[in-house]
Amino acid sequence: MAATTGESRYRDSAVGRVLAWFISTLKLMARNRVGFAGFLVVSTIVLVTFIGPVFLPSEVPVNVNEIYETPSLSHPLGTDSEGKDVLLQVINGGRPILTIGFLAAAISTTIAVTLGSLGGFVGGRVDTGFTWLADMVLTIPQLPLLAVLAGILRLNSKIAVAGLIGLLFWPTLMRAIRAQVLSLKERDYVESARALGLGTPHIVFREIAPNMAGYIAINFTLAVTSSMYAVVGLTLLGLVPLSEENWGVMINLAWTRGAIFSKDSVFYIMSPIAAIALFQLGLVAMNRSLSEIFDPRLRRGA
Amino acid sequence: MLRKIASSYLLRRVAKALITIFVMASLTFFLIRLMPGSPVEAYIANLVTQYNVSYENAKQQAASLFSLDLNAPVYQQYLEYLGNLARGDLGESLISRGVPVSEIVLAYLPWTLFSIGTALIISFSLGIMLGMLMAYKRETKLDHILTNLGSIVSSVPDYLMGILILVWVGVQWELIDITNMRGSLSPGIQPGFNLTFIGDAFYHASLPIITYVLGTIGLWMLTMRGSTESTLGEDYVTVAKARGLKERRIATAYVGRNAALPPFTQLSISIALVFGGSLLIEWLFVYEGLGYLLYNAIQQRDYPVMQGVFLMITTMVIVANLLADLLYSRLDPRIRVAGRD
Repeated sequence: MAATTGESRYRDSAVGRVLAWFISTLKLMARNRVGFAGFLVVSTIVLVTFIGPVFLPSEVPVNVNEIYETPSLSHPLGTDSEGKDVLLQVINGGRPILTIGFLAAAISTTIAVTLGSLGGFVGGRVDTGFTWLADMVLTIPQLPLLAVLAGILRLNSKIAVAGLIGLLFWPTLMRAIRAQVLSLKERDYVESARALGLGTPHIVFREIAPNMAGYIAINFTLAVTSSMYAVVGLTLLGLVPLSEENWGVMINLAWTRGAIFSKDSVFYIMSPIAAIALFQLGLVAMNRSLSEIFDPRLRRGA
Repeated sequence: MLRKIASSYLLRRVAKALITIFVMASLTFFLIRLMPGSPVEAYIANLVTQYNVSYENAKQQAASLFSLDLNAPVYQQYLEYLGNLARGDLGESLISRGVPVSEIVLAYLPWTLFSIGTALIISFSLGIMLGMLMAYKRETKLDHILTNLGSIVSSVPDYLMGILILVWVGVQWELIDITNMRGSLSPGIQPGFNLTFIGDAFYHASLPIITYVLGTIGLWMLTMRGSTESTLGEDYVTVAKARGLKERRIATAYVGRNAALPPFTQLSISIALVFGGSLLIEWLFVYEGLGYLLYNAIQQRDYPVMQGVFLMITTMVIVANLLADLLYSRLDPRIRVAGRD
């Protein structure tokens, strides 16, 4: 799907090629209005939360004279129980949650793709073993297990939290990948690769996996949403002692300080909720565009 | 014997469930007992430094609390733990001294089962009906509205929708009295088979139930819409129409029964998610079920209760999955045959 739209003058340099690919992908994205809106929401949130904090003070100033103020020009989303500006907190508080979400999704997708393609391709005992493992992990109530682990171990590194979530959320995708591989492995090009004597790793990672790229990309975004569900849930309960400001901590503070039960603080409590909900909705909506890009048969419906 | 187990779908499924429970039980044992800085060690160290108890004494107290023989080799402790577990002995609570964990867990269990069970039944049947409606009215305004609603509620985390209910319906609009709705029963209500009790139980469970329904219904609406749409194109539906059967009969006996199978397979995944999510939902609405108990046990570092609740939730999920699978194999006989390798 790369440079098919003929931005030939860019093609000479590597940067140009990336740019051309980017522009053509954007054009494909724009074919589905809902999907494109989702893409815009997601990229805006990612850009603002990752780049915004660079230009902002890392500590939002406390001002006890301005508690639970309603929105005004100086505080577009009002202030919290310490008079801190809510908008600044929302901008600063996205990065930790999104980082864990993306990291955990990357881990679970990697596990799912590896086990799913190997199991589906090799078959036999390996496949049975992986499927069993997936079935077993699938029945573990993930959130309680994470909560218990957080209660026993001290989960204060982002990588540890992301790793644990990644280790628990792979089975659904793994089963889907396995089913895909089972159908892909009968295709002619896989048969010929096998006839050429190319090894299992080559066939799995060079022939089969690239043909599932779209499928994997869509499921990666879904994995981000479910990882974020877990991270925000755990921080909400106060079980992941992440010290920085983040959206989950904001809701947790709103809860412990009673802001939820106060009529004045509605902007404070609604802001992180809206941020999380918008991001999740954006990802799901973006999938409509993604599935059209990867499955051209769907494009007519747009 | 083994061959017999392998050839019967029911036995194979039960064996798998038992093995999963066994693995989870072992995992919790090693977490509690063997992890560096494990709860048992932490408890002993705490007694020794804070209360000046001798190490031997502390060890004995820990041993009785966790119902472990700490002087025995680990494998023997492990076997004893499994033996105790099989008899339903989960040790005693660290906070409510002397109260067996199994007693506490069993007191909170019914509320979780009641709220989740009701919610899943409502959500599944409602979701299936809406999904069928959407497929029959496809590409109309109603279909677009319901499809969008379905994807919105299934992408926003359920606990956030719960907070929204609290903030808007409870605090901002003051339509419901959220402090009164806390807990699993109003004070003074005695469990019994009468209208006051049942009404009160539903009153207190209503917010958790609504939240679970909102969190799960989207998935079933969308899956059912898709599967109904493809079922409507099947030959046997065309034949049924050609035979002049009544529209209602075709919808229930021909389309609905077959189209409901794909959403049904999602049931087992949802069961684990909803049981897991109960940790947050029950905490949010102060509904006194297993999730609420687990949250408090983690806060108070009451490890035996933590372990007990976790094992109970896991067992419930596994049993519910087993029932869903067996029911599914009744509904779709192909499973019983095809599952055989």
